[in-house]
Amino acid sequence: MQKRTPLYEAHISLGARMVEFAGWEMPVQYSGHIQEHMAVREAAGLFDISHMGEVEIRGADALALVQKVTTNDASKLEDNQVQYSTMLNDRGGVIDDLLVYRVNSEFFLLVVNAGTTDSDFEWIKSHAASMNVEACNTSDAFALLALQGPFAERILQDLSDHMLDRIPYYWSQRVLVDGLDCRVSRTGYTGEDGFEILCNAADARHLWNRLLVTGMDRGLIPCGLAARNTLRLEAAFRLYGHDMDETTTPLEAGLGWVVKLAKGDFAGRDVLLKQKEEGLKRKLAGFEVLDRAPARDGYLIVIDGQQAGVVASGSPAPFLKKNIGLAYLPTEHAAIGTDFFVVVRGRNVPARVVETPFYKRDKKFD
Amino acid sequence: MANTPEDLSYTKDHEWVRAKDSEATVGITDHAQHQLGDVVYVELPKAGDKFESGVPFGSVESVKAASEVYMPVSGEVIEVNESIVDSSEKVHPVNADPYGKGWMIRIKLANPSQLDALLTAVEYEDYIKEEAAE
Repeated sequence: MQKRTPLYEAHISLGARMVEFAGWEMPVQYSGHIQEHMAVREAAGLFDISHMGEVEIRGADALALVQKVTTNDASKLEDNQVQYSTMLNDRGGVIDDLLVYRVNSEFFLLVVNAGTTDSDFEWIKSHAASMNVEACNTSDAFALLALQGPFAERILQDLSDHMLDRIPYYWSQRVLVDGLDCRVSRTGYTGEDGFEILCNAADARHLWNRLLVTGMDRGLIPCGLAARNTLRLEAAFRLYGHDMDETTTPLEAGLGWVVKLAKGDFAGRDVLLKQKEEGLKRKLAGFEVLDRAPARDGYLIVIDGQQAGVVASGSPAPFLKKNIGLAYLPTEHAAIGTDFFVVVRGRNVPARVVETPFYKRDKKFD
Repeated sequence: MANTPEDLSYTKDHEWVRAKDSEATVGITDHAQHQLGDVVYVELPKAGDKFESGVPFGSVESVKAASEVYMPVSGEVIEVNESIVDSSEKVHPVNADPYGKGWMIRIKLANPSQLDALLTAVEYEDYIKEEAAE
């Protein structure tokens, strides 16, 4: 039985096409993939991402536990600050990527991927023994909406008295939105400005409808997982299970910037230290296909006539109007400008390593 | 609800066939274009290529996925709709008009009796419903 978010009925009544995703019945598209993608780049889009999991960690040792199970340095966080991080197994493989919210010094909130919520929670608990801390999987209590795009702030501001322009990138606030208690963070997975809004599950339907009505005049439309995927790929954000998993380290995935080896011990640290010392054999690189045919997840990569890997994420990019992707390449072939082939239906199609992100907005809040 | 013209024949791979004498035009159904989403690229064979029934003759790429298109009946390609390969239309013709401007190839039938095995519009609609229920 697939799980449904509190917004399931809202999606059906909007005519969304529903698909299975990580055990959830989720909207993949409403009005159209490209239309939704462009709305986020040029106006605003609203996503239901309530399938994502929430784990609350409370107690005197809350920070110690977060430090133990994540790679970034959570001791640097102030109250209400947010941090992107990864969670590793003892072999240095990525169990998940996540957002760490410091609510206060004894309360951290982790927002994790849907498909890994249960296993993350077990992993976290297994490190909590003998610590003065309580970990709680509160995923069912909350809904999570993402309001993304250049008009996101103006739309949300219409429903809140809190001065939203005072929430910088990767910070959050407890905010009343249309009178409802929410945690609003300036975060997202689209490469645009915008917010993720954590609310009580019971309030989700009201909030969703109010946002859509409020934003309609500014071009806000509901957006599904299909647009979410192409938006994040243009921004070169990694997708768990495609661009990294338990067999890849965050260093190989190009996420060295969220690995703080100097912060003290954490799960997987020894492996990363060794890998850093010996150098990476492969790394995740962004590429552009030099052909009309798009590269897709799983397509073979050929270098010097040899199979050298597979495409991790590949798609046409609706805003950039190019065929782009991410792939693990041998380090000696991963430099910008290196040419290789992707096999598309038996044909060797030329591709070139390019700089990432593929798309970068003009940033106001960084 | 997908549009399924009654005067065409259909396959379980979601192609349509409009046959006249010993020739036929082939494309993908409204249901198929709907499932694929926004089409961005179409790969088609060349005139003169011959294919057996059931063999892929081309592919349709939406933003989301690549999908092969299969030969509904055996035959030789006599004309290809080049306008859908390099379409600059805002909505791709395969999405906007799958039974008209979005046609893919015209073929000379190798064995016209194969047409009898294709689905009628009613049969195809029933098949879509069965597929959706699975």
